[in-house]
Amino acid sequence: MARSINTQRKLINTLAAWAIGLLIFFPILWTILTSFKTEATAISDPPVFLAFDWTLENYTAVLERSNYARFLWNSVIIAGGSTLLGIIVAVPAAWSMAFVPSKRTKDILLWMLSTKMLPAVGVLYPIYLIFIKMGLLDTKIGLTIVLMLINLPIIVWMLYTYFKEIPGEILEAARMDGATLRQELFYILTPMAIPGIASTLLLNVILAWNEAFWTLNLTAAKAAPLTAFIASYSSPEGLFYAKLSAASTMAIAPILILGWFSQKQLVSGLTFGAVK
Amino acid sequence: MGQITLEKVTKKFGDVEVIPPLDLTIQDGEFTVFVGPSGCGKSTLLRLIAGLEDMTTGAIQIDGQDATNIPPAKRGLAMVFQSYALYPHMSVRKNIAFPMRMAKIDQAEQDRRIEQAAAALNLTDYLDRKPGQLSGGQRQRVAIGRAIVREPAAFLFDEPLSNLDAALRVGMRLEISELHKRLATTMIYVTHDQVEAMTMADKIVVLRAGIIEQVGSPLELYKAPRNVFVAGFIGSPKMNLIEGPEATKHDAQTIGVRPEHIDVTDSDGQWQGVVGVAEHLGSDTFFHVHETGLGDMITVRAPGEVNFKHGDRIHLTPRADQIHRFDAEGLRIS
Repeated sequence: MARSINTQRKLINTLAAWAIGLLIFFPILWTILTSFKTEATAISDPPVFLAFDWTLENYTAVLERSNYARFLWNSVIIAGGSTLLGIIVAVPAAWSMAFVPSKRTKDILLWMLSTKMLPAVGVLYPIYLIFIKMGLLDTKIGLTIVLMLINLPIIVWMLYTYFKEIPGEILEAARMDGATLRQELFYILTPMAIPGIASTLLLNVILAWNEAFWTLNLTAAKAAPLTAFIASYSSPEGLFYAKLSAASTMAIAPILILGWFSQKQLVSGLTFGAVK
Repeated sequence: MGQITLEKVTKKFGDVEVIPPLDLTIQDGEFTVFVGPSGCGKSTLLRLIAGLEDMTTGAIQIDGQDATNIPPAKRGLAMVFQSYALYPHMSVRKNIAFPMRMAKIDQAEQDRRIEQAAAALNLTDYLDRKPGQLSGGQRQRVAIGRAIVREPAAFLFDEPLSNLDAALRVGMRLEISELHKRLATTMIYVTHDQVEAMTMADKIVVLRAGIIEQVGSPLELYKAPRNVFVAGFIGSPKMNLIEGPEATKHDAQTIGVRPEHIDVTDSDGQWQGVVGVAEHLGSDTFFHVHETGLGDMITVRAPGEVNFKHGDRIHLTPRADQIHRFDAEGLRIS
């Protein structure tokens, strides 16, 4: 009796999980499918799901019209650079908050997170003006810095949560064993925090890769990453759904593959260490 | 060498005074146990000696050198933690080698000491495992091994056995005692378990609310507790503390009689009462006696063959020369 209820429940859970998963994945799947259709099939009504003549013409057209490699390179530099820079700034910050907290540590953490609640457009003008003054507009370095700042609260929070899970007694043991602060960080803490640092890196590469507001507003041609590459195909001149889909697929493919191969780290990163 | 002296040491956490001014000397080679109920400041005191906490005022000397402002790494003390605090990403060998690596001891000497410690602690077959693959008792031995190889001036133990099951605890207790006999190094051991304190210590320091209630050898504490608190804390089962008219007869506010110093008969006793629970341990029998007219329940320890049951009326006679007397402040009247 109990077993049959369990099997039934398992079945329902599995079906529900698949349904939700497909629902979430459907827009991406549709984009990928559309990228292989002709422009005519792409807008046909009723829509065609699988039974169409598969074609690569959109990819050829997109690659002919735009320099995909340059956009890709910009994305890699900006997403990777901002994440690395963020980690370098956040590790010492999270370290001190986790292991030498003061009365205000919690307040500072909350305040940092609260900046994420501010609509980005609220600071567009000041940042735009600063960028003009400093000659950072449409530069990779400028975007790297902005994206680092945007994601810094999340990086600090994630690292803080990971560091918190490392028992203080182990650090004290290292101190008793004669380790200096530098040795304690290098030999004990960092190796123990590597899984956490890796998840943080990964999640932030994805966040930075997908970031569209700042990348679209602060770049024109030179430093434009893949988000701008997609945007260039949603032009008011005409509806080119199939080409737009091909561009989108090409833009999200690298990050989708990266995410697929690092699912485990990502899940533990997203649950902020709550699931063991 | 490992003489440790605390002079007027105090510790405050915010406005809360955990340790009021305290003086204590621990002699070289002595096995000293800090014992007391939880929250009595015994672990804090150990951490002050280790240097993991800064004292608010006062001074600490290790081997005659002022160590008040010396960081833990430089005090030459080794510590074994309650949680073992092994480095989870390192093998047993690397865990044990870590303090020597920090001290830049040459590799051959490191290997020699690791082999020696592993042999002494039955860890030879486990040197290449990670701490996660060991049992609780083995982890504890790795923690001890990591402490031994440094050849420290003193060992500090912070409730090292409280995470182990009862049988293992007795075994480890013996191992630590034997280790002390062999190394003759100063050891300071914190526990809330008075049995551990009695069985292992050369010197027991009984603490309550950061105050030293008594310092002495296990038998001194057992035979002549300085006050009611120590009387009740040391000894198992607990000493019977009796107030009221019975105490007045002895010119005291409180009298204390240990369960093993009361004779049980079926007639002609000084006191009488009804057996509540009888615990037959084989070697001994503990009777919890009610309705004695002495206030609280009286616990009696009788030989194993004495066979009274629940509800039996029995007679009790305390041995006159084993009655402890305490005044209104709870201090011993000698």
